[in-house]
Amino acid sequence: MAGKPKVAFYWCASCGGCEEAVVDLAEGVLDVVAAVDIVFWPVALDFKVTDVEALPDGGITVSFINGAVRLSEQEDMVRLLRRKSKYVIAFGSCSHLGGIPGLANLWDRRSIFEWYYHKAPSVADGGSQEPRERVEVPEGTLELPAFWDVVKSLDQVIDVDYYLPGCPPTPKLIGNAVTALLKGELPPKGAVLAGTRALCHECPLNETKPEKLLIKELKRVHLTKVDPEKCLLAQGVLCLGPVTRGGCEALCVKGAMPCTGCFGPTDEVRDQGAKGISYLASILDFDDEADIRRAMEAVPDPVGTFYRYALPRSILMRSRGVKAHG
Amino acid sequence: MRKPEFEPRIVAFVCNWCTYIAADAAGVARSRYASNVRLIRTMCSGRVDPQFVLTAFEKGADGVLLCGCHPRDCHYSSGNYKTLRRYTLLKKMLSQMGFEEGRLRLEWISASEAEKFRRVVEDMTEQVRRLGPLDLDGGD
Repeated sequence: MAGKPKVAFYWCASCGGCEEAVVDLAEGVLDVVAAVDIVFWPVALDFKVTDVEALPDGGITVSFINGAVRLSEQEDMVRLLRRKSKYVIAFGSCSHLGGIPGLANLWDRRSIFEWYYHKAPSVADGGSQEPRERVEVPEGTLELPAFWDVVKSLDQVIDVDYYLPGCPPTPKLIGNAVTALLKGELPPKGAVLAGTRALCHECPLNETKPEKLLIKELKRVHLTKVDPEKCLLAQGVLCLGPVTRGGCEALCVKGAMPCTGCFGPTDEVRDQGAKGISYLASILDFDDEADIRRAMEAVPDPVGTFYRYALPRSILMRSRGVKAHG
Repeated sequence: MRKPEFEPRIVAFVCNWCTYIAADAAGVARSRYASNVRLIRTMCSGRVDPQFVLTAFEKGADGVLLCGCHPRDCHYSSGNYKTLRRYTLLKKMLSQMGFEEGRLRLEWISASEAEKFRRVVEDMTEQVRRLGPLDLDGGD
């Protein structure tokens, strides 16, 4: 098998959707498999960590790593893969920006454990055992990975060469990225392998977007009957298309769901949440504080709305003194 | 040993057409007020991107003061309304992130209100002093 590029896939804190996206290449995955030599893919193939350790440094052409980094084991694995790989690609929103798991950064390890192992209504007697890193049993010592206080995006832990955005990245973007890698036609380091313009530019409903968007009422999508032929924002449904990187071809909007920002901000934006606020404030057509407040009741959770995928990458990762659940 | 008293660092974004002039007038009138505020002059409070506010906190501000022209008084007609909308949403978001009320403040201060500028600066400095330093935790 010499000569074929060696490829590794690994997942950290993620839901499995990114792995599913690779499988969604359908027949295309066979071309990929034929063109490359997969050396590590725990979710699908039986390789061990020792197999990776046995490879020479830089011996893997490219590692696709999805998921945020939350556990000591994940940190160790991504550091190992970084050492063994020529290129590391952050695959999917969690790896790129911290993703949904990153919303846990509103709390710390202590308050998360407190809730999930002692206070949550599903914990019957409140006396549950918290996960421990070391447990002594007659057979010896058992070890579990340590749970960090914060969730991090991949580039907050290791050097990352490219980013494949999306929750999950689309098969087309994955295909393009793999092709570019195989042909050696790579953009400058640090590039996000998707569009550079906002999603609205490729949205099929863009034609129905008014020249000047001004909203009198914000509607929550699950309480609204959406017209699938008309710009969602013009209907008062909060769509993050104007402040989100394009490249997904507006898949959600085509399904009558607003964009929630999984491709992250465009290259010009430093903080996705702050920019989201700026944009919504600009189109809410009220000048009176009471009216503004009332209209914004349709955004009960600004952090979850504007930082849904990017809280670990926010300028203010979090502040101390965060409140615990409940 | 006594701990040195905490001196808050406050970043104030002031509008070129109103609050900056008020601050200038306060200076010319030799008004005395806390020296904890660092002014950043922008052409309009509407120019203040929420990213600027977060960056100020990131760089060590314990409080951020946004100042603009009174409603219906904006040099650019509606910049201050945008500021009000952004502020309303940003405040809600900061409170979710664990920021205490009072670290971000919005005030309308016209060019002639040098005394109000003095009072707001004094008041906010005391308020932030009571809150203590903003301890941003970037993780381990």
